Amino acid sequence: MYAFTYHKPSSVRQAAAMLAKNEDAKLLAGGHTLLPTMKQRLASPSALIDLGAMPELKGIERKGRSVVIGAMTRHGEVAESAVVREAIPGLAELAELIGDPHVRHRGTIGGSVANNDPSADYPAALLALDATVITNKRKIAADEFFQGLFVTALEEGEIVTKVSFPVAQKAAYAKFRNPASRYALAGVFVAKRGSDVRVAVTGASENGVFRWTAAEEALKARFTAKSLEGMAPSPDGMIGDIHADSAYRAHLVGVMARRAVQAATSR
Amino acid sequence: MLEVDKDRARHAVQPQHAFLVTLKVNGEEHRLNVDARTTLLDALRDRLHLTGTKKGCGLGQCGACTIIVDGRRVVSCLTLAVMNQGKEITTIEGLANGALHPVQQAFIEHDAFQCGYCTPGQIMSAVGLIQEGRTRSDDEIRENMSGNLCRCGAYTNIVDAIKDAIAHGLDPREAMTQAVEAIAQDAGREA
Amino acid sequence: MTGTGIGAPVRRKEDQRFITGAGRYTDDLSRPGQAHAYFLRSPHAHAKILSIDTAAARAMPGVVAILTGDDLAADKIGGLICGWMIHSKDGSPMKAGPHPALAQGKVRYVGDHVAVVIADTYAQARDAAEAIEVAYEVLPAVVDARAAQKAGAPQVHDVADDNTVFRWHLGDKASTDAAFARAAHVTKIDLVNNRLVPNPMEPRAAVGEYDPGNESYTLFTTSQNPHVARLVLSAFIGVAPEHKLRVIAPDVGGGFGSKIFIYAEETVCVWAARKVGRPVRWTSDRTEAFLSDAHGRDHATHAELAMDENGKIIGLRAQTIANLGAYLSTFSSSVPTYLYAPLLSGSYDIPAIYAEVDGVYTNTAPVDAYRGAGRPEATFVVERLVEVAARELGMDPAKFRKRNYVKRFPHQTPVIMTYDAGDYGASMDKALELADYKGFSRRKRESARRGKLRGIGFSSYIEACGIAPSQAVGSLGAGVGLWESAEVRVNPTGSIEVLTGSHSHGQGHETTFAQLVCDRLGVPIENVIIVHGDTDKVQFGMGTYGSRSGAVGMSAIAKAIDKVIVKGKKVAAHVLEAAEADIEFKDGKFTVAGTDRGVGFADVALQAYIAHKFSGQDLEPGLKEGAFYDPTNFTFPAGVHICELEIDPDTGVTTIERWTAVDDFGVIINPMIVEGQVHGGIAQGVGQALHEGAIYDESGQLVTASFMDYRMPRAADLPSFQVGMTVTPCPSNPLGIKGCGEAGAIAAPAAVMNAITDALGHEDIAMPATPQAVWRAAQKNAAMRVAAE
Repeated sequence: MYAFTYHKPSSVRQAAAMLAKNEDAKLLAGGHTLLPTMKQRLASPSALIDLGAMPELKGIERKGRSVVIGAMTRHGEVAESAVVREAIPGLAELAELIGDPHVRHRGTIGGSVANNDPSADYPAALLALDATVITNKRKIAADEFFQGLFVTALEEGEIVTKVSFPVAQKAAYAKFRNPASRYALAGVFVAKRGSDVRVAVTGASENGVFRWTAAEEALKARFTAKSLEGMAPSPDGMIGDIHADSAYRAHLVGVMARRAVQAATSR
Repeated sequence: MLEVDKDRARHAVQPQHAFLVTLKVNGEEHRLNVDARTTLLDALRDRLHLTGTKKGCGLGQCGACTIIVDGRRVVSCLTLAVMNQGKEITTIEGLANGALHPVQQAFIEHDAFQCGYCTPGQIMSAVGLIQEGRTRSDDEIRENMSGNLCRCGAYTNIVDAIKDAIAHGLDPREAMTQAVEAIAQDAGREA
Repeated sequence: MTGTGIGAPVRRKEDQRFITGAGRYTDDLSRPGQAHAYFLRSPHAHAKILSIDTAAARAMPGVVAILTGDDLAADKIGGLICGWMIHSKDGSPMKAGPHPALAQGKVRYVGDHVAVVIADTYAQARDAAEAIEVAYEVLPAVVDARAAQKAGAPQVHDVADDNTVFRWHLGDKASTDAAFARAAHVTKIDLVNNRLVPNPMEPRAAVGEYDPGNESYTLFTTSQNPHVARLVLSAFIGVAPEHKLRVIAPDVGGGFGSKIFIYAEETVCVWAARKVGRPVRWTSDRTEAFLSDAHGRDHATHAELAMDENGKIIGLRAQTIANLGAYLSTFSSSVPTYLYAPLLSGSYDIPAIYAEVDGVYTNTAPVDAYRGAGRPEATFVVERLVEVAARELGMDPAKFRKRNYVKRFPHQTPVIMTYDAGDYGASMDKALELADYKGFSRRKRESARRGKLRGIGFSSYIEACGIAPSQAVGSLGAGVGLWESAEVRVNPTGSIEVLTGSHSHGQGHETTFAQLVCDRLGVPIENVIIVHGDTDKVQFGMGTYGSRSGAVGMSAIAKAIDKVIVKGKKVAAHVLEAAEADIEFKDGKFTVAGTDRGVGFADVALQAYIAHKFSGQDLEPGLKEGAFYDPTNFTFPAGVHICELEIDPDTGVTTIERWTAVDDFGVIINPMIVEGQVHGGIAQGVGQALHEGAIYDESGQLVTASFMDYRMPRAADLPSFQVGMTVTPCPSNPLGIKGCGEAGAIAAPAAVMNAITDALGHEDIAMPATPQAVWRAAQKNAAMRVAAE
C-alpha cells in the first residue's frame, strides 16, 4: 500500500466533511475490496475515512412494508437477521452466498452497493426488489442507482447510509459462483409483488447488473419456472472470461432464473 | 502491558500517518505506534511477535491469517491495525489455556493437517464455525470452511475433527465463550 | 508391533507446535539488523533490457542497496543450474541457455528477476523498486510449446534452435512399430496435461546472513533439501564455500516439489547479505509465487495403444511435447524424460513401448517437478488409453485391465524398469468391492431420473518411487547420487537423536522415523528426536521428494540402528561378562542367550560412554553410528482408484460422489499418516482434473495469478474417501516400504477424467474439466443422443 492518512469520524456529517476536504479520499467500509486493491497498488487514495464507528449506519429494522438495512451492516448480519429471514428470506439467502464466512463477517451492504462490482450479489437484490438507496443527501431508486460497471448515481461527497427493501410476496436468488473467486458468475434475483415481477441479473453483463425484461414478461403471465423454459438472454454484451464465455454465461442466467423462480414458488 | 517495539519504532513513520493504537490481543493490551498502512496481521506478526497467525496470500483469499475479532472469524490481512482499536482479538496463541482447546485436540486426533501452515487459520475458523452453529451436516461444515485453503488436502480429516470437537461436549454456542473466558482468566492472573 | 512401533497410528509428535502457533517457519524468524529484499520483476514475457536506471530509486528513504545482473557478473556469481543432463536421440547434449539469478540483457518470462532492492523495510524496498527505470525492447513471446517449435517462433534462448532443448526418446521403435503393424485394434488419443501452480500455503522465503568474523554464511530457506541447496549454491553458483555456508530449512509449509529447486531469490539473499553487511530477508507474496515458483506438468501428448484380437495389449507409443518454461529449473529435464517414459508400461504387461519427448523453451515460468513429477503424466496417458481402448473394444474396463496386468514378478518392462513385487489384481478386486461396482448401474439410473449424468472411472496406477539407485540414475544423466544418510546418536542417558538427510515439510517424519527407532531399539517414543533441515547439524543428505523418505531415508536409519545394536552388543558383552556372540538384543534389552542375565538399552548406552567396564583400546567408547543407504531398485507402489461422479448437464457442475482408493504401499509405518498423504494426493489430483490450470495469454501474461482466478480445491469440493490397502512388501529395501506421498496425485486425474468421459459418453474433453468445459461437452453429448434417436 502507498501511504495514506486514516480518519475515523463518528458521524456521517463529519465523514462528509472529511470527504469534501480530502481530495482522493476513499470511504472504508468492510475493506474487502478496497484494501486488496490498495495492497496491489492499484489504488492510492490519499486518505481513508473509516465508517466503522457510526451507530447510525448499523442495524436492520422493519419499517412498515419495507426492511431497512444500515449501510455498515455486515453480510453475515443480514444472513442471520430474523427480520430479514421473516420478511424477505431470499435476501438473507443472498447474503449467505456472498464470498465465504470471513468475507461475510467484514463486508457491508453499503460497500457492496456503492462499489457496484458487476459480479457482486447485492445489486441484483436491490434491482429486483425495487429497493431505494438512501444517502446523506437523498433517496435513489435502484433502477437509477446502478449505472454500469462500477458506476453509480452517487455524487462526490455522497455517502450511502441505508438501503430500504420493499417486502415482496415471493423472492429468491440463485447464484452460479465463479469457481475460483466465489463471486457471481451468473446471479439472478426474482421478485414478485402483486402483478409486478422483476428479474435482476448480476455477474453476467459487461454493463453490470441489469433487469431481464423478457423473463419478467414471461413470469408476469405465469410465475412458474416453466414460463422460462428454454429462455436465456442474448450472449451479446455478456462477460467472457476464462471461467465462462458469453454463451455459457447467458445460458447460466437462464438456468439460474428458473432455479430462483423454483425456489421462490416452493416456499 | 508490553513495550513498544523499539527496534521497529525507529523506522521513520511520517507523523500524519502514524497512530498510537491499543490492541487487545488474547486478553492482553498492547500499545503500538503504527503506520496507518499496517494490517492487523502485520501488527500481530512483526510487532507483537505473535507469528502463529500465518500469511498465505495477503489478499484475503486463503484464510491462513484467520483470527477472531469480537467473536467473529475474519482474515487479519484485510483489516488495518488502526481499525481494530479496542476490539477483542483472539489468535491461535490465545486459544489453549493450559490444556488444549477441544478443537486443537481434535485436530491432533484426526490428523487434520500435514505441513501445519494453514492450521492456525483452520483452527480459528473452526472455532468460529462451531460458535456460529453451522455444523448441522458434513456439507454445511465443508461449505462454511471453504474460506480456508489447505494445499495438503487435509479437508476430510478437518471435517472429522470439527465433528469430533462438537461430539466431545463442545457446545457450539459455548466454543467462543470458552475461548474468551480462558483468555480473560489468563489476563486476570497476569494483572 | 508395539503401541508406538511400526504399524501403529501414532499421533504426530510435531503436532503440538503446529496447533498452538508455535511452529517456526522461515518468515517467522526475525534476525537482528535485518534488511528486506524486494525483487523488481519483468512485466514482459520477452524483452531485451536496454538499460536500468537506479539513481532515483537509490535516493528513496530506507534504501540500502540496489543490485542487478551486472553486479552478479562483476562478482562472478554463476547462474542457476539444471542438474540432470539429457541427451537427444542424436546423442547431442541438451541445449541449456544461461539462467542468471538476476537478468543479464534479457528477460524471458513475466516475473523474471530484473533487480533487487534492499531496504530497511519491505514497504520501502517496494516503493523504491517502482522508482527504478528499466528501458525494455519488448520482443514477441511464445507460451505454447507446440507453437514454440514452429518455424519463425520467437527464440527464447540463442542456444536452442526451434526452442527445443532436447529431442529424447526411450524404447525400441522398430519392435513397437511392428506390434502396431500386426495389431487387431489400435486406440489413439490426444491429451493435454494441464500446467499447474504448486501453491504450497507457505510462500517461499529466504534469509541470508553473513558473519564477517568467520567469513561464513547462513541461509534460512523454505527448502525440501537443504544440503542439495548448499551444494548447488557453493559448487555451481559460487556464492559461498560449501564448508562456510550453513543452510537451515526450519518448519516448511508444504512443498509438493516446488521447494526442491534452488531459486534466484535465495541465491541473491546469501550474496547480498555480505554485500550490505546485514541479514537480507525475502518472503514471496502470493502473486510472486504464482509467477515464479516452478510450475508443474504442461505436456501435450499423442498416444496409441495396440491390441491383438484377444484384447491383449501388444504395444504402446507416445509422442510428448513438454513445456519447460523460460529456463531449465534444477531438475526440470528429468521430469518429462526419465521420470515419465519409464512409467508408460503402467501396471500392464506391454511387450513393446516407444516414447519420444521434446523438451521446449517458452516465455513462461520454469516447469519442474510437482507432486508425482512425470509419473502423473505417464499414468494419465496409460490410464486414459486403457479406458478408451476398453470402451472401443466393448469390454468392461476393469476386466480389460485385469487381463493385461503384470502378474509375475520380477517383471522387466521394455522401458528400463524392473517391477519387483505387486498384486494388481488383488487391488482391483478389493477396489471393485469397496466401490460397490455392481451397484453402479442402479445408481446411474437413479441419477438419470434426476436429470443427472453419472459416470465411473478407474485409474490403475503404478509409480516408481524410492528414488533412486545412484549408479542407475547417474547412467541416465543425474548430476547427483540419490542415496540417503542417517546418524543415530545414542546419548549417555539412552535418549536418541536421529539425524536424517530427509526433510519433513508436512510428511510427519518426526513421528514415523521415531516409530522405527522405537520398534528396533525398544525405547519410548518420547526419548527419540528426529533432527533434520540444518546442514550444520546433519551430515550430507539428499532431502525429500519422489516419495523417497520412507524407502530410502528410513532404510538409512535402519542401517545405522543395526550398527548401534552391533556396537551395543559389544558393550553389553563386557557389562555382562559374556562372549559377544552370546549376546542377544530384543525388546530394548541385551541378554546372554539362554540365561536370564541382561542389561537394558539405557544402561548399555551409559556404559558405552563411561567406559568403565572395558578398555578403551579394545573397544571405542561411545554409541553413535552413521549410515548411507543407496537403494538397489526403485520401489513400485501401485493401486486402483475408482471415481464415481455426477454431472449436472444444465450447469456443467461435476460432483464427486464416491472415491475408492486401494493402494499397495508395501509395509506401512503409520497408517494414519499414510492415509493423510493419500487424501492430500487425491485432493491435488482432483484439483488438476476439475479445477486447476495455469493460463498464459498470448502476450505471456499469467491470467491465473491469484486465488481469485486459479481455482484451488476447497473443503466443499471433496467427498470423504474410502481408503483400503493391500500389502506386498517391497523386496528392495530392508523395511519393505514402497512410498505413499504422491500416489493420490498420480492416480486421481485419470480416474476423474475416465469417469467424466464415461458419464458424457464421449472422449472430447480436456483437463481441467471446469463447469464450462463439462457443460459444453454435455451439449455435444445431448446432440449425439438426438442424432442417434
